[in-house]
Amino acid sequence: MDRSLLFQQLANALSLGSLYALIAIGYTMVYGILRLINFAHGDVFMLGAYIAFYAVSAAAMPWWAAFAVAIGLTGLFGIGLERVAYRPLRDSPKISIMISAIGASFLIENLGVVVFGGRPKSFASIPLFDTVVHFGSVSVLSVSLFIPVFTGLILAVLLWIVGRTKTGMAMRAVSTDVDAARLMAIDVNRVISFTFGVGSLLAALGGIMWTMKYPQLNPLMGVMPGLKCFIAAVIGGIGNIAGAVLGGLLLGFIEIMVVAFLPQLTGYRDALAFVLLIVVLMAKPSGLLGKRQAVKV
Amino acid sequence: MLAIEKLSVHYGGIHALQGIGFEVPDGKIVSLIGANGAGKSTTLKSIVGLVKPSSGTASWNGEALTGLPTKDIVERGVVLVPEGRRVFANLTVDENLTLGAYARKDKDGIAADRKRVFELFPRLDERKRQKAGTLSGGEQQMLAVGRALMSRPKLLMMDEPSLGLAPIVVKMIFGIVREINRTGVTVLLIEQNAKAALEIADRGYVLETGRITLQGSGAELLADDRVRKAYLGEAQ
Ligand SMILES: Nc1ncnc2c1ncn2[C@@H]1O[C@H](COP(=O)(O)OP(=O)(O)O)[C@@H](O)[C@H]1O
Ligand SMILES: [Mg+2]
Repeated sequence: MDRSLLFQQLANALSLGSLYALIAIGYTMVYGILRLINFAHGDVFMLGAYIAFYAVSAAAMPWWAAFAVAIGLTGLFGIGLERVAYRPLRDSPKISIMISAIGASFLIENLGVVVFGGRPKSFASIPLFDTVVHFGSVSVLSVSLFIPVFTGLILAVLLWIVGRTKTGMAMRAVSTDVDAARLMAIDVNRVISFTFGVGSLLAALGGIMWTMKYPQLNPLMGVMPGLKCFIAAVIGGIGNIAGAVLGGLLLGFIEIMVVAFLPQLTGYRDALAFVLLIVVLMAKPSGLLGKRQAVKV
Repeated sequence: MLAIEKLSVHYGGIHALQGIGFEVPDGKIVSLIGANGAGKSTTLKSIVGLVKPSSGTASWNGEALTGLPTKDIVERGVVLVPEGRRVFANLTVDENLTLGAYARKDKDGIAADRKRVFELFPRLDERKRQKAGTLSGGEQQMLAVGRALMSRPKLLMMDEPSLGLAPIVVKMIFGIVREINRTGVTVLLIEQNAKAALEIADRGYVLETGRITLQGSGAELLADDRVRKAYLGEAQ
């Protein structure tokens, strides 16, 4: 096997996997707190990308300001989504809130078609992210170098927040026992809003980086990445942040490697996630880093 | 003073509390005893806002607690040690204590209270880096009490602290409750273990299927035939 080809594919895999990881974190954080699969997460990802697109193209903002605005607004959108679609159902049966999540997902996608138009849009190239960098015979797009760095930094910050800060302690308390957390004078709603906010802004960052890598936007662009990253979160052990990153990376690697070295399977690329899911869950039902416990969905 | 007036709670069709009323005067220990399912936990949960009463009020020093979010009630010093301890199993002992003081900003006061908790329960000091889930039942109860003390309670409410514990541990916990009370903390104690609860109580109430059927000083109730028969397991 050609070594430079291998390194080339490893670089691709690392950047795709890190991107998956970024989105998977949002699923896992929300699940960890609420035991809810936020089916609209992939659509939040799409929204982040579109807001950045319009901020650059319509509002003529410099790209960095546009990205910051998009990430911030998407974070707020996630908080609003929880308020409107999930909070009123918190004491209802789990199935109601799940249906609401699926409904929210369809609503955002279809509103996207109406508001943004169904025809794909292309993001103007941003030189910082769109430069080809050469390492010997390996060449990668600069955005592919940024993504793993972002993901690594974010993972470190999140692990610090969850493990070392009072907010993180409150998050862990809410995730184990909501009523007991209330008895500690923890404002449970605030903790949940914070979680949705962080998850959504990471989805926005993921959406923006995605369009830097694959510079086309359409209102359904979040569906497949959303599904795959949910799977990545389950593979890693849903509820576990490091697990989501591991699951995302693993999925990215397997996708890239299979397509690169078994090109006859290229058509099955999107199915690989499901195969991996089945294999991992058969070996370890709680996911790679998940705690063994009865999960109630 | 805690005052409960005509408090009613419904769970769907179940009328769990049927207009109960009682008082917990400042500085006293009041025990509420009753059989399993009588509505004891429901009483405490509705005082701290975990359960919404269908009518009636709980008020603390003249201010209505009913309708306030739990957080605001706890910040007023009305603190519950819940049934079954409910410590955060995957957090360390130290973190559990920190969460008890979650709403407080006075660093020095928090440090002093943590020291005091460790003096009351040296066992917790030895195990402070351990996950709470690895503690024994008795140690978890100590942690639950310690965690409540970290929120500087003015009224400490305890839901069946003796449940499932060895008699020697129960004795120790009740001793601590007395000691806490001596520092000026008002105590509302809920127990199936009527003897222990009435022995330390200034005043007691008997709750039966959502109604208060008897009341009196702790000593009076201990001497009462009906209490002896129904709750102290004495044949006549
Ligand atoms: N969440 C609930 N849903 C429905 N019924 C409940 C609920 N909690 C308690 N009950 C019922 O209310 C009554 C009082 O319960 P509880 O206050 O827990 O009693 P105790 O603490 O005295 O054992 C019981 O009949 C119990 O079955
Ligand atoms: Mg009870």
